[in-house]
Amino acid sequence: MSVSHCGDFKETYRDDMKVFQTPFVRVAVGLFVLLLYTTPLFSSNYVTSTMTTIAIAVIGALGINIVTGFTGQISLGQGAFMGVGAFSCSYFMRVAHLPFWVAMPAAGLTAAAIGMIFGLPSARLKGLYLAIATLAAQFILQYVFMHLDAVTGGSNGIPSPPPEIGSFAFDGDRSKYYLTLTMAIGAVAFTTNLLRSRNGRAFIAVRDHHLSAEIMGVNLFKYRLISFSVSAFYAGIAGSLWGVYTGYISAEHFMIDESIKYLAMIIIGGLGSVIGSILGAIFMTLLPQALTVGTGALASIFPKIGFLIMSFKDGVFGIIIILFLIFEPDGLAHRWRMIKAYWKLYPFSY
Amino acid sequence: MTGSADRPIQLAVENINLRFGGVMALGGLGFSVHQGEIFSIIGPNGAGKTSMLNCISGRYQPQRGTITFEGHDVTHRPSAARARLGIARTFQNIALYKGMTVLDNILIGRHIHMKSGLFRGGLYFGPCQKEEIEHRRFVEDIVDFLEIEHIRKRIVGTLAYGLQKRVELARALALNPKLILLDEPMAGMNLEETEDMVRFIMDINQERGITVILVEHDMGVVMDISDRLVVLNFGEKIGEGTPEEVQAAPEVIKAYLGGEQSVFLGR
Ligand SMILES: Nc1ncnc2c1ncn2[C@@H]1O[C@H](COP(=O)(O)OP(=O)(O)O)[C@@H](O)[C@H]1O
Ligand SMILES: [Mg+2]
Repeated sequence: MSVSHCGDFKETYRDDMKVFQTPFVRVAVGLFVLLLYTTPLFSSNYVTSTMTTIAIAVIGALGINIVTGFTGQISLGQGAFMGVGAFSCSYFMRVAHLPFWVAMPAAGLTAAAIGMIFGLPSARLKGLYLAIATLAAQFILQYVFMHLDAVTGGSNGIPSPPPEIGSFAFDGDRSKYYLTLTMAIGAVAFTTNLLRSRNGRAFIAVRDHHLSAEIMGVNLFKYRLISFSVSAFYAGIAGSLWGVYTGYISAEHFMIDESIKYLAMIIIGGLGSVIGSILGAIFMTLLPQALTVGTGALASIFPKIGFLIMSFKDGVFGIIIILFLIFEPDGLAHRWRMIKAYWKLYPFSY
Repeated sequence: MTGSADRPIQLAVENINLRFGGVMALGGLGFSVHQGEIFSIIGPNGAGKTSMLNCISGRYQPQRGTITFEGHDVTHRPSAARARLGIARTFQNIALYKGMTVLDNILIGRHIHMKSGLFRGGLYFGPCQKEEIEHRRFVEDIVDFLEIEHIRKRIVGTLAYGLQKRVELARALALNPKLILLDEPMAGMNLEETEDMVRFIMDINQERGITVILVEHDMGVVMDISDRLVVLNFGEKIGEGTPEEVQAAPEVIKAYLGGEQSVFLGR
């Protein structure tokens, strides 16, 4: 029995343009989504809560992959744009008394507007120079988070109220998980569609050959700005959900290390790949946790040098990332494609 | 004789001066291209042929002179605006989007003819899908015409050079242009590929009615298919007219005396 097509015999363009090309893939994806929704029923709160943070990271990683992976504009401000989303969502709910369902998209749009402003240097700057310009955005926003007490609570932080539907509040681990999971799946679908249509092609054209993109009528400045603001919009949504997840937000969470973490996610997962954004988000969320567990276990075996081992954690974290860049420069997405190709032909290796 | 000179002027190039620091790439160049012509620009390496195409497509802005396309002064308009007016081109060094498939590369040619914004694109189903299918159909016609059906799903960066040149031509055609600029479309091709390319250029011109400006070193091809041509040397015009007129012009012969003459003036 064959589970996947070897040939390419599509009857219509509509069929040929489908994302999931075979019934097998459709069923597999459906079962996987079902598994994601049922996991909390048979696993601990710890697992549910970790999966919630992964779902948030997936949204943020998709965002930065749009600007950096697909459009080729490096961005070192994703963490700060998440902060803009988190603080403005909380502000819209607490002060403007908007329901979360209005405050979250409004927070996304706020982040998008600010992302567009900080995307302006992309008209003139490229590569490292643009990286420095977006780094400046990161530091300016960090400063604002620390000093705009009325909105952000300054160094104390500020509460982020839970979303509500009628009298039901999303304040338990499971309900928060279902909310973020649904948003993450929506973000994956939206991104996939965006990238297979007109605007997505324009992004990639700008990345691959900006001069010939312009000659074909693609407005470079417009699409660079759009990519920055779409990316920041995703960050704004992810930030709003982070507020829901923690219930209390403070500036420390949106510092430069958060931005670097997101950049690392897409480099490790795969630049210019939706699957890569997901894999990178999973990897970068689980790695520190695995290291904590691992070094903790080692420390309990060798109690005398336990402290030393624990302090190696950050170093090991860095080394693993460097090893990745050396041995898997195309990211986890590339490995994923190789495995897929292997199974498609199994048991024949040609 | 084709009598192409009787047709209305589509592109008028007047007194173009283009300098790079001390280098005079184009010095007071002027010529007119008529509707539906195959018009060639020839001359030795460094004569300014690519620079001239760059001025027409908007890549370079000349310091002096004007370029008028179908009545619009486009001299200082951005490239994207010229694409909307109907000017498309291919490049001497292939300028495709390497990470995209052949189909997606060609679909970029439909960009200015499509409308879907971010929100519609992200939702996809509905108007965006309808638009995608409609333009896919347009692109498939070009794919058939240029005989690249077998590679339509391939990533462009993995294709052979001759095929990449063909995909670039397909992308330019997808723009549905009125004028197409071809910068050495036959360079680096074998005889068979060259013959195919000549056939495509003639079909583009005759069946689709697109005006062609051709920069090419293969003099056999140029003299065969051009209605008229200009000859450049060091950024200046040293000859203009039909292939017969140019081949007989004393300045042209003088500039290409000796061993080079036979190479330059064709078979
Ligand atoms: N971007 C540029 N910067 C500096 N000099 C250039 C540039 N483009 C072209 N030139 C110069 O202009 C002259 C004409 O070049 P080009 O138009 O490429 O010639 P052709 O296409 O006829 O071989 C050459 O001397 C070349 O070095
Ligand atoms: Mg040239």
